[in-house]
Amino acid sequence: MSGMFGQGRDHRLTTTERTGAPAPDPATTRHSHVPGDGSAGAAAVERARREMLNDARPRRRTRIGADVLCEALLRQGVDVFFSYPGGVILPLYDVLGDYPELRHVLVRHEQGGAHAADGYARVTGRVGVCMGTSGPGATNLVTGIGTALLDSVPMVAITGNVPSALLGKDAFQEIDINGITLPMTKHNYLLRDADDLPRVVAEAFHIARTGRPGPVHIDITKDALQQETQVEHPTPEEVVAGLPGFRPNLDGHPRQLKLAAAEIARAKRPMILAGHGVLHAEAWDELRELAEKVQIPVAHTLLGIGAIDETHPLSYGYMGMHGWKHVNRAIQSADLLLAIGMRFDDRVTGNVRTYAPYARIVHVDIDPAEIGKNVAVEVPIVGDAKRVLKALTPLVSAVEPAARREYLDQLAEWRRESEGSSWHGSGAWRDGLLSADFVVQRIGELSGHAGTYVADVGQNQMWLARYTGFREPNQHVSSGGLGTMGFSVPAAMGAALGRPDRETWAITGDGGFQMTFQELMTLVQDRIPVKIAVFDNKKLGMIRQWQEIIYAGNYHSATLLGPDYLKLAEAFGIPAWKATTPGEVDDTIRAAQAVDGPALIWFEIAEGQNVFPMMPAGKGLSDLIEKWDGPDE
Amino acid sequence: MSTEGADDGRVPAGAHQAPAHTVPPPRALPGSGDNRRHVLVAIVLNKPGVLNRVASLMRARNFNIDSLAVSHTDQPDISRMTITLHGDDVAVEQAAKQLYRLIDVLKVQDVTSEPTIEHELALVKLRATDSNRGEILRLVELSKGRVVDVAPDAVVVEVTGSEAEVDTFASLVRPYGIKELVRTGAVVMARGSQSIEESSGRWRRGAPARASERDTQDIVEGGNPLEAGNR
Repeated sequence: MSGMFGQGRDHRLTTTERTGAPAPDPATTRHSHVPGDGSAGAAAVERARREMLNDARPRRRTRIGADVLCEALLRQGVDVFFSYPGGVILPLYDVLGDYPELRHVLVRHEQGGAHAADGYARVTGRVGVCMGTSGPGATNLVTGIGTALLDSVPMVAITGNVPSALLGKDAFQEIDINGITLPMTKHNYLLRDADDLPRVVAEAFHIARTGRPGPVHIDITKDALQQETQVEHPTPEEVVAGLPGFRPNLDGHPRQLKLAAAEIARAKRPMILAGHGVLHAEAWDELRELAEKVQIPVAHTLLGIGAIDETHPLSYGYMGMHGWKHVNRAIQSADLLLAIGMRFDDRVTGNVRTYAPYARIVHVDIDPAEIGKNVAVEVPIVGDAKRVLKALTPLVSAVEPAARREYLDQLAEWRRESEGSSWHGSGAWRDGLLSADFVVQRIGELSGHAGTYVADVGQNQMWLARYTGFREPNQHVSSGGLGTMGFSVPAAMGAALGRPDRETWAITGDGGFQMTFQELMTLVQDRIPVKIAVFDNKKLGMIRQWQEIIYAGNYHSATLLGPDYLKLAEAFGIPAWKATTPGEVDDTIRAAQAVDGPALIWFEIAEGQNVFPMMPAGKGLSDLIEKWDGPDE
Repeated sequence: MSTEGADDGRVPAGAHQAPAHTVPPPRALPGSGDNRRHVLVAIVLNKPGVLNRVASLMRARNFNIDSLAVSHTDQPDISRMTITLHGDDVAVEQAAKQLYRLIDVLKVQDVTSEPTIEHELALVKLRATDSNRGEILRLVELSKGRVVDVAPDAVVVEVTGSEAEVDTFASLVRPYGIKELVRTGAVVMARGSQSIEESSGRWRRGAPARASERDTQDIVEGGNPLEAGNR
């Protein structure tokens, strides 16, 4: 090099310069721009920078951190994970070929990977795994991790990070992802040493699935993935012993169980409220046994769908903001609520001051912090739903159906009234309009109520919850707590891989579908047979409904253009059909079912359809709106 | 409608068929009660980020920390935090239960109503002149403080005591001019032989943390009288 920069300039100070010897000629002085040059730290940073660009695995190699990670995942029973490569996680991709038992699904966006791991976890009850690289890869996972946290879904999210010597230096694609996920995971780790990998991965899986499940995030520096290590994997006992602060209570306190049994014996109008915890604990049989023994009807939350077969005589239905009127009415008149594995979310209670005013509450939850958080309760029980129900059932004396005749008859009467009224579905399909509730009902019926049904968020989610007809546990997948639009297609991808024996449906509005439909290509590439029902009303339906009823018809941004979904599907190579009238619904569903692989149906539904009943925000369960003809009516 | 029926555990007869004009009593919200100062002691694993986890949780759950003192204990792998905050009893109990959810937290105890020694240390740099230095020294002596540094126009005083005692000293010497003041925040220890640290189950290394399990449950199940039946 020549010219203004001088010849062969070296960015390092000579020893004489550092020791303060007489200054050499300024024209030939060589400047180092390395902060703290000469120190071990500076050398490590320089080495890490060089190695970021050039470090293919040696052909004849030893065991490195990336190998240990794969081994640890296999030991945890992981068969599939959802990931996207990037600079610092490439050492893992460099060894993945040596572990063919680990199926890697290349998603199109890390958020899709996180939702897919979530969907996989919800239908299998096992821990879902997703990965991404540092920086944007990691931040893209965040929405999916948050979704899993709010719905207590067991998940392990793994990200690469820049080499440990570069941490905190704002290196390329570096972000403090550990700080970002700290408040939105059950626990998180920053790993800089391959020797810690086996312990941390084992702990992460243990924490994710034990007690109240939740997401755990592991951030691994690139050098840890590349470091040679001979460290052994811990035994399950060693993992538990290494976590002295994590000992969830599983068994209910005997004193509290006795109190609960006494409440049940005393109650004249009891109601069981079943939540997601029943599914997490796989306590559906125990729940049914208790309900049958004491003849108590079971209502369920959105995520508690499947805790009891909806055709069971004691199944009473879906509660809350868009729940059935008869269910909310029964809760408002109950004298005892036996809440199991649910958390009295605001969408369930509405205004707490007017919630279930005559009821005493027995609250069973595995998380002590949930008890007394949203509502004050009479009998708190900390424990696993399955174990608590197993211990509680022998303590209660059997009740003959005849003894509850009057109560059960009244409930049945309310149910007939509520299901038979005009807002059982919109009824619009009778006028030749295509209504979403009708489509959902037909999907349920034509799939024999035996599929996995994955909801998006908004009106479609409520229609799905109300009209599909659920028979078995873990058939229903829905983002309840975080309410993540765009959830359905990627989550259905994971659900279909988790339960390939079931027909998997993603049921989504046109808004949510347009958020994550890039995963259609993943469905094609990995041949994942998800059937997609797009409910296209050219609207953000729930937004439009709120604007109509709560914001005096001020429709701003409620109208949403969409593409031609047939052409879109064609571009992705997915067979697709369109239905615009009720008469076309069955044929299109059957056609999609016949496809061996992903398929899409575009349902052009009525634009102005609302979900009723509806509890306006801030109101109570007794203030349900059943129809809306404008504020002056 | 009277609430007497609910108090003895029975539901008023025919409550659900109450005439339309009677309004049922409003359900009590958790957290009704008076705000007061609470002192929480947390025994935690001495791991990187544990202070961040505690601080982040308190912020995210909308609790406002008044002071937080943290240091390791006689066991190098265990740290101890003293957290003071204002809130009603149920809200602070919720804070304690949320803290328990952190994997690195071994034990949380609300010691507000228990016999404890509560101390904090403050360093106060006061303006002092030849004419008033004697006065200041007398006040320091009365407050059981100690002069730790003397300059021609200033003294640095160390005082220890409860938060109120330190407050009192500060207001006593404020007229002389406080150049700067720093306080450590309260640390607290139970009186008598009872040990919060021992009951965290980690006193002997390797011993299982059985005690904390039981305590989590007791916090919820009748440990706090407000928890049961606060309608």
